[in-house]
This record gives sequence, structure tokens and C-alpha cells, in this order.
Amino acid sequence: MTDQLHYLAARVAVGRMSRRAFFGRAAALGLTAAGANLLLSSAVQAAGPQMGGTIRMGIQGGSTSDSLDPALGTNTVSLALLRMWGEPLLGLAPHGGLEPTLATEYWSSPDAKVWTFKIRTDAQFSNGKNVTADDVLQTMLRHSDENTKSGALGVMRGITNMRTEGDDTFIVELDDANADLPYLMTDWHLIIQPNGGRDAPDAAIGTGPYILKSVDMGVRFVAEKNPNYWGDMGYADTIELVVINDNTARVAALQSGQVDMIDRVPPQTAGLIGRAPGITVHSTTGPGHYVFIAHCDAAPFDNNDLRLALKYGIDRQEMVDKILAGYGSIGNDTPINAYYPLYTELPQREYDPDKAAFHYKKSGFDGPILLRTSENSFPGAPDASALFQQSLAKANIPLEIKREPNDGYWSEVWNVKPFCTSYWGGRSTQDQMYSTAYLSTADWNDTRFNDPKFDQMLIAARAELDEEKRKVMYADMGMILNETGGLVCPMFNDFLGATSDRVAGWVDGVRGYDLMNMYGPMKMWVAA
Amino acid sequence: MGLLARLLAQRIALGLVLLFAASILIFVGTSLMPGDVAQEILGQSATPEALANLRAELGLNEPPLTRYISWLTGVLHGDFGTALTNNMDIATSIGKRLSNTLFLAGCAAIIAVPLAVLLGLIAVRFRDRWPDRLISTITLASISLPEFLIGYLVIYFVAVKLRWFPSMAMVYDGMTLAQKLNAVALPVLVLVLVVLAHMMRMTRAAILNVMQSAYIETAELKGLKRFTIIWRHAFPNAVAPVVNVVMLNLAYLVVGVVVVEVVFVYPGMGQYMVDHVSKRDVPVVQACGMVFAFVYISLNMIADIVAILANPRLRHPK
Repeated sequence: MTDQLHYLAARVAVGRMSRRAFFGRAAALGLTAAGANLLLSSAVQAAGPQMGGTIRMGIQGGSTSDSLDPALGTNTVSLALLRMWGEPLLGLAPHGGLEPTLATEYWSSPDAKVWTFKIRTDAQFSNGKNVTADDVLQTMLRHSDENTKSGALGVMRGITNMRTEGDDTFIVELDDANADLPYLMTDWHLIIQPNGGRDAPDAAIGTGPYILKSVDMGVRFVAEKNPNYWGDMGYADTIELVVINDNTARVAALQSGQVDMIDRVPPQTAGLIGRAPGITVHSTTGPGHYVFIAHCDAAPFDNNDLRLALKYGIDRQEMVDKILAGYGSIGNDTPINAYYPLYTELPQREYDPDKAAFHYKKSGFDGPILLRTSENSFPGAPDASALFQQSLAKANIPLEIKREPNDGYWSEVWNVKPFCTSYWGGRSTQDQMYSTAYLSTADWNDTRFNDPKFDQMLIAARAELDEEKRKVMYADMGMILNETGGLVCPMFNDFLGATSDRVAGWVDGVRGYDLMNMYGPMKMWVAA
Repeated sequence: MGLLARLLAQRIALGLVLLFAASILIFVGTSLMPGDVAQEILGQSATPEALANLRAELGLNEPPLTRYISWLTGVLHGDFGTALTNNMDIATSIGKRLSNTLFLAGCAAIIAVPLAVLLGLIAVRFRDRWPDRLISTITLASISLPEFLIGYLVIYFVAVKLRWFPSMAMVYDGMTLAQKLNAVALPVLVLVLVVLAHMMRMTRAAILNVMQSAYIETAELKGLKRFTIIWRHAFPNAVAPVVNVVMLNLAYLVVGVVVVEVVFVYPGMGQYMVDHVSKRDVPVVQACGMVFAFVYISLNMIADIVAILANPRLRHPK
């Protein structure tokens, strides 16, 4: 029986038999749908990449009001499109570290203050022009000059001077040393455009493996393979991206075979979806986390005992089980998890109503604590707030929940009100994460955390080229946040993507964003 | 006919005043919402500098009245302007979306209106017997379910299980008519189910009302067939309320189907407007609002005029 099945699976993999027929035969031979699925996908992997065909993806987050300008990209659809038509200088390697894309090599001066990037000479923009160091320089300038609206501006702020040498060398000079500078260059907004995109920022002319052919903003995009791409990424001739914001509609599109891959599978139904024949749900650990954030400088949260009471009064495992349906891991009141390079495991804080009650009493605060939440602050935030309320109630700490409208939450509540729910997508290094949100002077210091010692250590770690020493410094900083920060972090959410068996080539555990760091449609292929 | 012309002129003038009022309402409404377009475009990742730069570029530092007046001037010259969020020409974008919406609404209307009237006639013919009861039960059940739920049910059974029609009603340039019809089959089905009951019930009620009249009794005594009486004698006198309800439902098909659009991923006007409302893109919201108001007002106008033409008593007021 097994031989026969393997033979049939191989035939499907090379396109000589339909999948539907295969499942019928497999069932006749007494195999369950799930088993048949597994067998088929391994046969397809073994058959190796197939060229040609169309990969269709259904992605959440796009809107008619989006722009193709990389500087203005804020959602997953923008990210997916930029991955197709453009490239940053460097990329995250799938399983740790960096990999060269438009820059072939990079190195720094011994003090990590001057960084030099060699630019690939065989890369060509889709308008036929060759990439030069000047295009790189102009791109970086456009994302960092004072008129910019770029989402990457925060990343670019520490740079004091940028220049070129010849056609293929780009140099960045810093006031303060930064050992992580190359990681900044992987920011997905920093797509190299001809003349930095100053002439036509939204023309979608880049060096990526695909070229955008049809654009219907917020609806549908079609990209075709770039014949002059320097690398070997991209198997399908065409990638079709459809924006499907409704969760049920996105899942139905995958189930009915209208798309081959989707992002953001709702965790509550992921188990059910994964059992359907021909569909695999992929869970990938990422740096994203769901948080309750308290302003350390606003009463009553300016009292560390009250903050500790909140931290001891949250049942993290319950949150992971109920809010993430198990697709995630518990947090430890720092924004860092095992995803990050140089991570050190800290003692895990457990749910402890007695300790919570003790610290609450010690804080001297008496009265309800007001928590603001909204459905868009993270999926299931109101439910998570209710769970938090119940776990605190066991320590006799009253929590009052105020439901805010989705509309305007990011401008009126988050980073404004003293205690609310929110989420972080995470960053690629600890330095970036801390600099973005926990440095006392950071724009998005949404916990109003202000600890001079912490700031000092962050700057010092940035300049430290010895990785062992940096690791220790980051562990110490994590402890400071864990003990005194305004961040109550119950959980890290996994990315949940799903693919149908019409496509193959999925690799587990790729760092970065959902769907293999959004390179899924280019690194996977049409199987049959 | 002079009377009719005057009536038309009156109606159109009234419509224009209403449109103007609607534009003010929409503008005030959008300015009352928390946050502004710059904040909404940049989202959580907005730095203060980026916000300030974007605000200046979008002209948000101008007073609201100035923005409103310059917008209105543009519209009077036939220029809807460009979207604040992505600089796309609004008229072009709306044109495409509106034609999609009209296509979907048209397909639904072509099926729903005759079907509703026919079912109404049948219900009257077999009043209080099983066909009447069956028709009423089914249509009332379908109108009572929320449309997204009908949408999901239809997707689950027809698209996922049976695979007869696609679950995504994606239409784009370059599709043939047959492909488009195939794509919109499911949303059309849902919309038909949603609007059917209202029109059917009104047809039934209006005709039953007329059936009480003495002249119907005369017709019956003449020995005419029951269906002929309903169709030839009762229906023309019941047409005014029916047309009113039909027009209300047509207007709904154009302006109120955003939920169905989202469920079926259909690129129509509703989704387009909601996207821009959430980004506070006032010019686009204004333009959509104007189009919607225009559709609503003109369909109601048509209903009034048809009612007057169909009823001699209204044509010659005392």
C-alpha cells in the first residue's frame, strides 16, 4: 500500500495526477485525509522546485487609501508588495544573522562608527538603469531628511553623515558607535529606488525579483517575474496578491482554492482549518507581543509596587491558552524573547495572587485601576482584559475596563492615556526594540520608562563589539525592565500563516514577518 | 405636460439643496472624528516629525472652512481632487468602483425585482394557502438573518463544499462578462435574498388592499380568471407603493452593501468609502457621500414621478 501511495504522491508532485484524485485513491487505500496530506507534501518537497505558474496570495491589512511609496508603507500588504518589486541593502537570513542583498559586503571601522557597504554592480532597476551607490545614498537621504514622512525615520535618526565613494561604495558615519547598524538596513521601508525615489516615489521601480504589472489599490495586484533579476529567487511566473481583510473570507478563499496562501489565520479556528484536506497551517515564532502598558510617570502607576502588583496579578499561561489558542508563548514583562540574537533567559515571573495583593497593599493605592482597551489594540484585547480583571480579582485588586472605539485608538489612547492595551511587532535586534520604545527619549516610549542607568547601558551595549559582553548587558537591562518597567507583557504571539498543497517549498521558522518573512510567494513554487 | 415639467424642476432643485446639505453634514461629521488624516496614515509608527511634515503637505493646517470651500469650488468645476492619502485622482477611482457597484446592484435587481413581484402575485393568488405561507416564511427568514451570516453560509456550502462558484467576488479589468457574472454569483444571491422579502411583502399587501375594491368584485362576477384580475386590474392600481419600495431597495443595493462587499471581497463603493473614512480622507469621503446622496435622491425622485404618472388622481390634483 505504502509504495503505491508514494508512487501516486510523486505523480501528483510532477503534475501527472490531480490532488483531488489522489485524495480519493488515498482514502480508498485506507489513509486519512491528514495522512494523505502529509505524504503528498513530502513528495512535493522531494520533487524540488518547479518553475512557472501563478502563486496567489490573500493578505490582510490593505486599504484603497494605501500608497506604493515605500516610505508610507504601514501594513502587511505594503510589505508583501515591497518584497516583490524592491530590495533593501541587507536582509535577515532565514535562521539568524544577516544576508547580503543589494550590498554584497559590509564592514565597520574598529570603533563601529563608520560603516562601509559595497553595492552590487550587477543589479538593475526595472527601468533598465544600473544601481549605483548614489541611488542608495539618495534613498537613505529621502528616508531621513527633515521633510520625510518615512516610517523608517526613527531607525535613521542616529546617522550623522552619509556619502558615496565611486559607483559602488556607500559609507555611513555615526556620532555614537552602533554595532547593529547593518540590521537597520534591513528595515523593509528602506527599498533602494532610482535616485532614491525622489522623482516618483510610488512608481514601484526597484530591483526585486518581480515587477508590478497591475495595481488596484486595496484590491488586487499582479506581479510578473523580473527577467533581469540578479539573484535566483522566484519560481512562479506570476504572483497575484488579493487583499482580503475579512478573516472568514480569507480562510474561505484558501479552502475553496481561490488563493494558495494566506496570512493571519485566526488562532481560535487555526486547529480546525489545519485539519481540512490540502491545507497546512504554519506557526512561526516571532518577536511580536501583546501588552498592557502603564505610564511610569502617571499616578497610580508611578509607584513600582503597583506595577509589580499588576505583573504578579496576570495569568500568562491562561492568556496564551485562551487568547492565542496556544499559538504563542508566555512573556516575562520584557519585550524580548528567544527570537532575538543575544537573548538570555531571565527568571520567569509566575501568576501569584498573594504577591500581587502584598504589593498592591504596599503601594498604598486604594481604588479601581482603569484599563483602556479596544478590539484593534490586539486581536482579543477586550477578552484578555476581562481575563486580567478576573485574575486580579483573586488578589482583591479591582480593575475597571473601559472599552474604547477602534477609530482613533492609536492617536487618542495609545501613548496618551496612562494604562491601555497595545501590541508591538518587535524589531530585529534588542538594541532596536529598546531604542524604539524604552529609551527615555524615544518617541514611542509608551510606558514613559525613564531610568538613566538603563539608557546608559543601552548606549554602551550599542558600541560594544564583544558579543558575550553585550549579551550580559542586555540580560541586565531585561532584568531592570522586568523589575521596574511599566510593561506588563503576558504573551508573544506566533505568526499563523496557511498554505494549500497547490504550492510547496515552505520552510519552518524563518525569521522576520509572517509567510517566511513575506518572501513566501517567491521562495515557494507551484507544485501541481 | 407643463405640470410635469414644473414638478421635475422642483424635484431637481430640491435634490440639489439636499446634496449641498449632505456635503456639509459629511464634512462636519468627518471633522468630529478623533485623530486626523496624517495620524491615521502613519498609524502607530508615526514620529512627531513625520506627522508634522505630512500635515503640512496635506494642507491640514488650513482652517476647516477654507478646506471645505476650496473642495466645493473644485467639485462645481467637475474636479473631485486627489485623495489625501495616496494622491490618486478621486474621479477615476470612484468611476471604477461605482461601475462595479452598479454592476453588482444591477445583477441583483434584474433578478430580485421581477422575482419579488411575481412571488407577490402568486402569494395573492393563493392567499392564506400553502404557496403563500411558503413564500412568506422563506423570504421573511432570509431577511431576518443578518446578511453577513447568509454570506458565510452561502460561502461555506456553495463555495467551499460544492465549489460551484468562487467565494471571492473579485472583478477586474480584462475579465469577460461571463467571468464577471460567475464571480459575482454568490454576492448577487445573498443580495437577492436580502431585498426580496421587503418588495414581495409590499406587492402582496398593496394588491390585497386593492382586491377589496368593488371593481375587482365586478371583474370576478364577469368571470375573469383570478390571475388575470390580479395582473390586469389590481396590479396597476397597486404599482405606486410597490415602486416606492423597489426604489428604496435599489438605493440600498447601491449604498448599503458594504458588509456584503467585505465578506465577498468585492471592490465596490462601500469598501472604498470605509477605507477612506478610517483614514480621515475627507475629500474622498465627501465625494463618495455625494455620489451616494445623488443615487438616493434621484431614485426617490423616480419613484415619486412613476407614482404620479401611474395614478391619474395624483396627476390632476384638485
